Amino acid sequence: MPTKEIITLRVNGSTHELAVRPSDVLLDVLRENLNLTGTKRGCDMGTCGCCTVHLDGEPRLACLTLALEAVGHEVRTIEGLKEEGLLHPLQRAFAEHGGSQCGFCTPGFIMTAAAFLAENPRPSRAEIQEAISGNLCRCTGYIKIVDAIAAVAEARAATTG
Amino acid sequence: MSNTIGKPIPLIDGLKKTTGEGVYTDDIKLPNMLVGKILRSPHAHARLKRLDTSKAEQLPGVHAVVTGREAPHTFGVLPISEDETALAVDKVIFIGDNVAAVAADDEEIALQALRLIEVEYEVLPVYRKFEDSVRPAAEAIHPGTGNGTNIHKEVRQEFGEVAAARARSRHVKSASYDFVGVTHAFTEPHCVIAHYDADDRMTVWSAQQVPHYLHRALARVLQMPMHRIRVIRPMVGGAFGGKSDPFPHEMVAALLSRKCRRPVKILFDREEVFLSNHGRHPTHTEIAMGLDEAGRITFLDLQAQIDGGAWGSFGVVTTYYNGVLNMGPYVINNFRYHGRRAYTNKPPSGAMRGHGAVNSRFAVETLLDELCEAARLDPCDVRLNNLLPANCTTANGFRITSNGTRECILRARQASEWDRKFRKLPFGRGVGVACGFYISGSAHRIHFNDLPQSTVHLKIDMDGGITVHCLAAEIGQGSDTMLAQCVAEPLGVSLDRIRVFSNDSDADPIDLGSYSSRVTFMAGNAAREAALQIRAKLVQAAHALTGYPAEGFVLANEEIIYQRDPRVRVTFMQALEKALANNGALLAKGKYIGPPPIGGSFKGARAGLSPSYSFQCYIAEVSVDTETFEPRVEKVWAAHDCGRALNPLAVQGQIEGCIHMGLGQALMEEMVYNRGNVLNANLLDYRTLTPRQMPPVEVIIVESDDPEGPWGAKEAGEGPLLPILPAVANAIYDAIGVRLRSLPMTADKIWKAMQDQQKSARRQVAVL
Repeated sequence: MPTKEIITLRVNGSTHELAVRPSDVLLDVLRENLNLTGTKRGCDMGTCGCCTVHLDGEPRLACLTLALEAVGHEVRTIEGLKEEGLLHPLQRAFAEHGGSQCGFCTPGFIMTAAAFLAENPRPSRAEIQEAISGNLCRCTGYIKIVDAIAAVAEARAATTG
Repeated sequence: MSNTIGKPIPLIDGLKKTTGEGVYTDDIKLPNMLVGKILRSPHAHARLKRLDTSKAEQLPGVHAVVTGREAPHTFGVLPISEDETALAVDKVIFIGDNVAAVAADDEEIALQALRLIEVEYEVLPVYRKFEDSVRPAAEAIHPGTGNGTNIHKEVRQEFGEVAAARARSRHVKSASYDFVGVTHAFTEPHCVIAHYDADDRMTVWSAQQVPHYLHRALARVLQMPMHRIRVIRPMVGGAFGGKSDPFPHEMVAALLSRKCRRPVKILFDREEVFLSNHGRHPTHTEIAMGLDEAGRITFLDLQAQIDGGAWGSFGVVTTYYNGVLNMGPYVINNFRYHGRRAYTNKPPSGAMRGHGAVNSRFAVETLLDELCEAARLDPCDVRLNNLLPANCTTANGFRITSNGTRECILRARQASEWDRKFRKLPFGRGVGVACGFYISGSAHRIHFNDLPQSTVHLKIDMDGGITVHCLAAEIGQGSDTMLAQCVAEPLGVSLDRIRVFSNDSDADPIDLGSYSSRVTFMAGNAAREAALQIRAKLVQAAHALTGYPAEGFVLANEEIIYQRDPRVRVTFMQALEKALANNGALLAKGKYIGPPPIGGSFKGARAGLSPSYSFQCYIAEVSVDTETFEPRVEKVWAAHDCGRALNPLAVQGQIEGCIHMGLGQALMEEMVYNRGNVLNANLLDYRTLTPRQMPPVEVIIVESDDPEGPWGAKEAGEGPLLPILPAVANAIYDAIGVRLRSLPMTADKIWKAMQDQQKSARRQVAVL
């Protein structure tokens, strides 16, 4: 078994020194070492999107990302999405629009959607559907998830003119 | 005046989920906890000749190893069909069956230990399909099945006189249908933690829809009294019937923990989830139906051959439901059913959303479409002319109370512009209609006893918070929110005061769990009854404070107001303080026992009996690409009679989710097997509908105001799945003129059906 090495990870604005094996994936380190259990484990093979996190603002599947790959990057998880202590608008919108039922896929969807809206602040419904196509939800039929994301985009468009 | 009922209420635990604060089973870490892993059978059917775990036991870091002989007591969700064991005792009966299990310091040691377990198998004949299993078996999968075959359950029923009705029918059609197995594909893999503690008590945390049945099964397998076992249900990441059985892995975790007296967690990987299955049964269905001159259904003759997989699970119920759940929404006075469920050497089938009703509903609704065409009648008209009325009894003894099917059909027809579209759209585009019918829970318990089906406890102390206790499992469908609404409504308080505790068998009174679409009807009634008792105490307190007669008060907006003179009012907190004085916390208990005695007395009369039924009518508009034959659902108009939508946002969510899952089965989902091996045991190869493939849905909520449901409500979680599959099939026919009788309805099958049709048309021309 390969020996562990000490790495420094930046997660949600905090710095952590961690002993990891080269084979350890980010998902395990987040959940097991850092107890950031908001990032969910649905398949371990990149098929469900439940473990989506941000690396420097880009969506990444934590189950397919080695912890070592995250060194030198800013990792953000669902726990770190709040802005100045306030919930991210997507976190409110998913709840208010019924975009979350069992909730297991929800953190992954919100992380995907947050990165997407940063890139494309005024998306069409079809663009939203395309953007979330890597995330699996089995409860909602995706309709209310798209509603929630569209509502956030519209509200932002209204406030920014 | 409504306080919360009927308003779109976001789930009360919604923010826990959107922030990642919500705790699911795998998010729990207990001190000193071990990792449990299960050695699984590579054979579909084999006798265990030798099982040697000694090397695994000696591996440093391994703390417990268990095998089947240590816990041979059988269990199963239905007391009439307990055929499972925690681990294989003498033989394995499907690929993935539990052979042995270990608890170790970490996953790597546990996996290494599994590799050290030595097993010798004697391979036995494999029964892969129903047809293999109905023949006399050289080695029956389970002992004690009838006639030396693998038949698990056989049902024969006849009401009225089918042969005579058939003879006098103007139009008769018959067809056979093939349904592959599909599975729930919930996002959260199964996970369980068991801890046998220093006080000789067992606590089990598990992702469960039915904690109470797990509780019973643990007592049986562990041979421990129920009061020394505690079951806790953390948040559940989707279930859809797939977490409603007590599972062998739950028993295994408990056995491992009792052996090493440390907490043990077992988390499935995705392949294990597929091997555990319990999804919808692969089924071959044959039906015949007739219409008379007036377009009335004369008879329904139905046969189902149901592939059960390795265990009984809910299969006795499934076998009945494939027949009797076709006794609505139409008047069917002549009905015959022959259903058989056979064990096969595949992962077990079980209950999945719309349990037992989906496949035969597809057959009935598509064959009815064929009859309408033969009779040159509009399918909506025919359905309208055959409906059961409200407040009637079906030929098999179902008591129908509220019934909104007529309104469902009329509103879906109008909203979809059916009359403008049906048989009038260009080639490649069509519309189809179908109805549905489902139970709001079972009128009878699966355990024969006199306990209520649901019990709710309330407690209110001086802090003004209201705690609701009930074991009804919140699995994402919103039952906690529903319970909160049913308590808040009579008390006129905001939902903010209410905390729902629905996850702990030690603290929360029994509810039979989240299956068979029972929770709103049953737990909702129990919650309402409890809240009304508290209401009476608060009104008495208002009377004591004001001197006005108690019966004149209403409760709304956190106040208790004298209706005839609204200046006379006290706040909720003032009344509460008075009610608590010299008394202490207010307590109340509500219950739902069951409907009044209903149903017949023949064998199987209880199956499908429900205190109330939901009804649906869906219209789907579909396009079929005329080059690739790829079907695409363009829009769905979904009318559902849920009695009363306590929370329209949640009802919409249930309907949309049902349509997603039903369209998956209709268009792409399939458990693919080769010799009992699941070939697509992952979420990439097991295809589900993507966001781009999900059509827009116009939800039409029909409120028939059920006389016994809480505020008139009945189910919304499963019935809304039924009509979507046949509505799409009927729309494909309207679009391109081919009948698909095998699911999923993929492009290649549509192409093949068109080729066959053209060939037979050419043959007819040649004959002419």
